[in-house]
Amino acid sequence: MRRVVVTGLGMVTPLGGNVETTWKNIIASRSGAATIARFDASEYKCRIACEVKPADHEYGFDANKEVDHKIQRQVDPFIVFGIAAASEALQDAGLTDMSEEERLRAGCSIGSGIGGLPGIESESLVLANKGPGRVSPHFVHGRLINLISGQVSIKYGLMGPNHAVVTACSTGAHSIGDAARMIAMDDADVMLAGGAESAICPIGIAGFAQARALSTGFNDTPEKASRPYDINRDGFVMGEGAGVVVLEEYEHAKKRGAKIYAEVIGYGLSGDAYHVTAPHPEGNGGYRSMEMALRKSGLSLADIDYVNAHGTSTPLGDELELGAVKRLFGEHLNTMSMSSTKSAIGHLLGGAGAVESIFCILAMRDQIVPPTLNLDEPSESCKGVDLVPHVAKERKVRAVLNNSFGFGGTNASLIMKAI
Amino acid sequence: MSETADRVKKIVVEHLGVEAEKVTEDASFIDDLGADSLDIVELVMAFEEEFGVEIPDDAAEKIATVKDAIDYIDSKQ
Repeated sequence: MRRVVVTGLGMVTPLGGNVETTWKNIIASRSGAATIARFDASEYKCRIACEVKPADHEYGFDANKEVDHKIQRQVDPFIVFGIAAASEALQDAGLTDMSEEERLRAGCSIGSGIGGLPGIESESLVLANKGPGRVSPHFVHGRLINLISGQVSIKYGLMGPNHAVVTACSTGAHSIGDAARMIAMDDADVMLAGGAESAICPIGIAGFAQARALSTGFNDTPEKASRPYDINRDGFVMGEGAGVVVLEEYEHAKKRGAKIYAEVIGYGLSGDAYHVTAPHPEGNGGYRSMEMALRKSGLSLADIDYVNAHGTSTPLGDELELGAVKRLFGEHLNTMSMSSTKSAIGHLLGGAGAVESIFCILAMRDQIVPPTLNLDEPSESCKGVDLVPHVAKERKVRAVLNNSFGFGGTNASLIMKAI
Repeated sequence: MSETADRVKKIVVEHLGVEAEKVTEDASFIDDLGADSLDIVELVMAFEEEFGVEIPDDAAEKIATVKDAIDYIDSKQ
């Protein structure tokens, strides 16, 4: 089987418009949460989110750098974030000037959980208030989930597989796993893979709040709201942004002298077959996806030093994932560290698995694991697990596991190692 | 320059993201300003909104340059 390595990283998050700014802020224990600025949420149960900051902010995002003004006007923000993250990743990999032959073997697999919800909401209002003749001609292709892959392929002339995963909050991890398989199966030599989301809009916040998924008890202290594993956690904080990696066939990368961050060695996926929003009561789906990734990786549990947990800060989800991790790791639990970076940037939904996989890679690069913020009073079941409370921790990191679980009972786990 | 021309040009700059100097009256939306057919649909909608006129599809199809747009709008006002 052809080996697959990561040679480029890109991201847009509530803590930065690129990889290095975000990572610096993550390691410095900063939080991207605040009162929602984009619309007046004062009448909503949940009034907070981790929004991507405007360009003039200390760690804001400048869309104009990589995305044409015209495209910005026509498409939803999740596509803008995706194009920007893909551009950063491709530049990082040194692959912006590929020959036509190379571009025939380079593709995109960048998905989203929800897609263009803000635009669906606003154009529905245009339809209701002004009639069908005022709906934008760019409405459809400016909201479709596969239009990040579409736009990126057009921008860079990538003629290989053009694909987009839609598996709710597992999207980012599935995108990377599936794209890695496309390279392994010889469908392509290079794949841009990841996920993006931007659903912080009235209908998005209202909908997730009605599903009882969002934190509602920390509206006056937004930075304290995302608190995975803490006994006072009460739901997730909505984030937004994008994460994209460049995956490349190992020999292809080696031949051109590329900087190699990590190898994707294990990918596991499973379904809970239980409930649309609640995880399986014994965490069986998550357990099986981790177990499959481990089996495929050929590693032993003792080799895995860091787990970037799904850990969304919901009362049920955190506990069940923790239980599954404890069951899987057994006696090896005390040699690994596990944290949830959602404590800092919120839950990026379809972007989460990709952004968090990049954090895993940076943990290996810098030999430091990011913290779980706000873990003031760990729940009883946290005993014996190093959840890296409050501050980042320098430690040996040789191989990493990233978990992503989504509505519908869809689970993905990725294992990567340094080479 | 007429008031209509000013307002048309402003809309074109905003929608197509082109520099104001490029939006001359002779400029073709497709050949000179990088628009595609959907961009023109959007521009026509914006003109209708801005000037409170109706531009039917058969008339919209004949609007190829900035001047075509200005003339059509002036003829309806």
